[in-house]
Amino acid sequence: MHSLTKKDFLLLLVVAFLTMAAPIILNPFPAGSGLAQFNAGYPDLMQRFVIFGIFAIGFNILFGLTGYLSFGHAAFLGVGSYSAVWMMKLLSMNVIPAILLSVIVAGLFSVVIGFVSLRRSGIYFSILTLAFAQMSFNLAYSVLTPITNGETGLQIALSDPRILDGANAPSYPNLFGAQMNAATTLDFGAWSFTFSVGYYLCAVIMLLAFYISIRVFRSPFGMMLRAVKSNQQRMNYTGLNTKPYTLAAFVISGMYAGLAGGLLAAMDPLAGAERMQWTASGEVVLMTILGGAGTLLGPVLGAGFIKYFENIFSKINDNVLHGWFAFMPDGLEDTLITLIHPFVGKGWHLTLGLLFMLVVIFLPGGLVEGGQRIGRVFRRKDRNAGSVEADAAAQRNTPPAE
Amino acid sequence: MDAILLQLLNGLDKGSAYALIALGLTLIFGTLGVVNFAHGALFMIGAFCAVTLSKIFTLSHKASEPSGVDFLGKPKYEDILYIKDWFGETAGAWMLDWSVPLSILFAVPIMLAIGFVMERGLIKHFYKRPHADQILVTFGLAIVLQEVIKYFYGANPIPTSAPEAFRGSFDFGVMLGFDPNAIIYPYWRLIYFAFSAVIIGGVFAFLQFTTFGMVVRAGMADRETVGLLGINIDKRFTIMFGIAAAVAGLAGVMYAPINSPNYHMGMDFLVLSFVVVVVGGMGSLPGAVLAGFLLGILESFASMNEVKNILPGIDQIIIYVVAILILLTRPRGLMGRKGVMEE
Repeated sequence: MHSLTKKDFLLLLVVAFLTMAAPIILNPFPAGSGLAQFNAGYPDLMQRFVIFGIFAIGFNILFGLTGYLSFGHAAFLGVGSYSAVWMMKLLSMNVIPAILLSVIVAGLFSVVIGFVSLRRSGIYFSILTLAFAQMSFNLAYSVLTPITNGETGLQIALSDPRILDGANAPSYPNLFGAQMNAATTLDFGAWSFTFSVGYYLCAVIMLLAFYISIRVFRSPFGMMLRAVKSNQQRMNYTGLNTKPYTLAAFVISGMYAGLAGGLLAAMDPLAGAERMQWTASGEVVLMTILGGAGTLLGPVLGAGFIKYFENIFSKINDNVLHGWFAFMPDGLEDTLITLIHPFVGKGWHLTLGLLFMLVVIFLPGGLVEGGQRIGRVFRRKDRNAGSVEADAAAQRNTPPAE
Repeated sequence: MDAILLQLLNGLDKGSAYALIALGLTLIFGTLGVVNFAHGALFMIGAFCAVTLSKIFTLSHKASEPSGVDFLGKPKYEDILYIKDWFGETAGAWMLDWSVPLSILFAVPIMLAIGFVMERGLIKHFYKRPHADQILVTFGLAIVLQEVIKYFYGANPIPTSAPEAFRGSFDFGVMLGFDPNAIIYPYWRLIYFAFSAVIIGGVFAFLQFTTFGMVVRAGMADRETVGLLGINIDKRFTIMFGIAAAVAGLAGVMYAPINSPNYHMGMDFLVLSFVVVVVGGMGSLPGAVLAGFLLGILESFASMNEVKNILPGIDQIIIYVVAILILLTRPRGLMGRKGVMEE
């Protein structure tokens, strides 16, 4: 890969390895064991990891680089989903045209919204994007019902024209015949690993999206966006018009959101208006912040983290808790379970909200900054520690003389 | 004519709610410079104060003497409300009936306390952080408050009724010389409008005619100078935060009979209230009130069938369209002050 620094290339390789091996890595517990509920290696969840990873990567190009906090990005995701489903209704069940159209439509939509919203900045920008997204959501529910199918959501039907598909084309989203829900299960002792076509398609696209985001971050364009974040006024005073740069960033992130929406529809061919609601926009903000805004890896980590815990926490119920704390005396067990109960199962959003507040308060840089801080604690000891500790560090680092 | 009047009235009660929430938001923004995304949650908590009080009033115990026999021949015990035990039969029944207005007394100290705790415990640490961080942390707080309420009260709306005396509707048309039944308007909505007018008037009078209000206004204009004069402006701003929380809470209390409170009603109102604040002009109190009523009335006009036939779906988006137009043509909002959040 040309023009990537060694460090970035290594990062890309690590991410590529992790996504490709995810079905194995995320299934560390044998299938029948009690811990199997912590496995994340099934296609449905892994697809959500990478798709929301794409969404967050795109959001990060806007928020992380320029500092413009959009509260309406879910609108682009929703638009992408709708256009993908329409493509599958009219043209072909092949996912390629569906995904392409979803990116294009979301891109065009974001040009319009971006052009208007970016005339203001700061809190006004957030409220404008919020207003646009709520407007699209309301429209999708009411007047646009012929296009969006209102509350029911847009679905594919057998009677749809699908002009490109032959008589015996598969009736499920596919990539040149390979159906998205097709999967091979590999049993390895007590472990079982599922490799699905849909996941690998999403993973490859995610890697591509990640690569593009690295290039954007390292380009002069990315530098310009950072300059907008740190001091826009100064940029304007030097005679530079920042609008084209911010608009480009907005459109790029809108297209990422559209891509994610298209993939969501490609994995499961239906689209509903609730994907456009502002809580959905809030969720992508959460992912980006939690992972670390403005970092390359952060959004992907944040998306994976939130989707994983959403899945795990909402599965834990009182029975599971009783199973865990069975070794304790009864009174203590019950007290503990009463204490934990509000935070798990249906109370997952409470945990999410608390986590989010804690991250914003104590760790504004997100998980990535947390990792860096921990790393720094260890390194500091070695480099500029007092004499005693320095001696210890020197001893630790030199191989023992045999 | 009568249709227009009816829509005008219909807009007033929604507009009152918008105006009250937007007023609180603006108070917080104008004094502390913080964008409070948890303000909708305060409105919701207010509504649940009303729910809680009527729940407390309906607590009961079994009578000690059986009042008769049930169909199986076992002695039947009637449920007796504690409140009737304590205050007597008639007073107890009256209190139960009037539980929503009575919750105002109950809600004010609670909302003030929540406001103080929120400001001292959380918001205080975010004055020097970017606006994005303030938005995010209050957004997180809103989720937490909402989920806590959901945990205790469940996800379903809880119907809360207005006092018997105000439950009916009022034939407004006859009074103005129209046909009977042309303009029918529920009493409670009229009460809500009057109540919000009183609250709004009270807040303005407090700011305009008391020494405390004068200092707060001075602090809104120039915080630093007021501080240099030896006045502890932070303390007063904290109190203003409490008052803003109480205003939102009261708006919620009285709104409970209009719409059964559920845990996400705050979020629904919050988005619109932000739009209202922006249209009115960030930091402008009269602007927030004006825009609240204006948008409420516009919304109800847009939902008239005559309008909907020409522009389908306009009722769903009118507020947003107006907000976008205003922001693009008058970036400061209707009555925004110069230098407040202009970038």
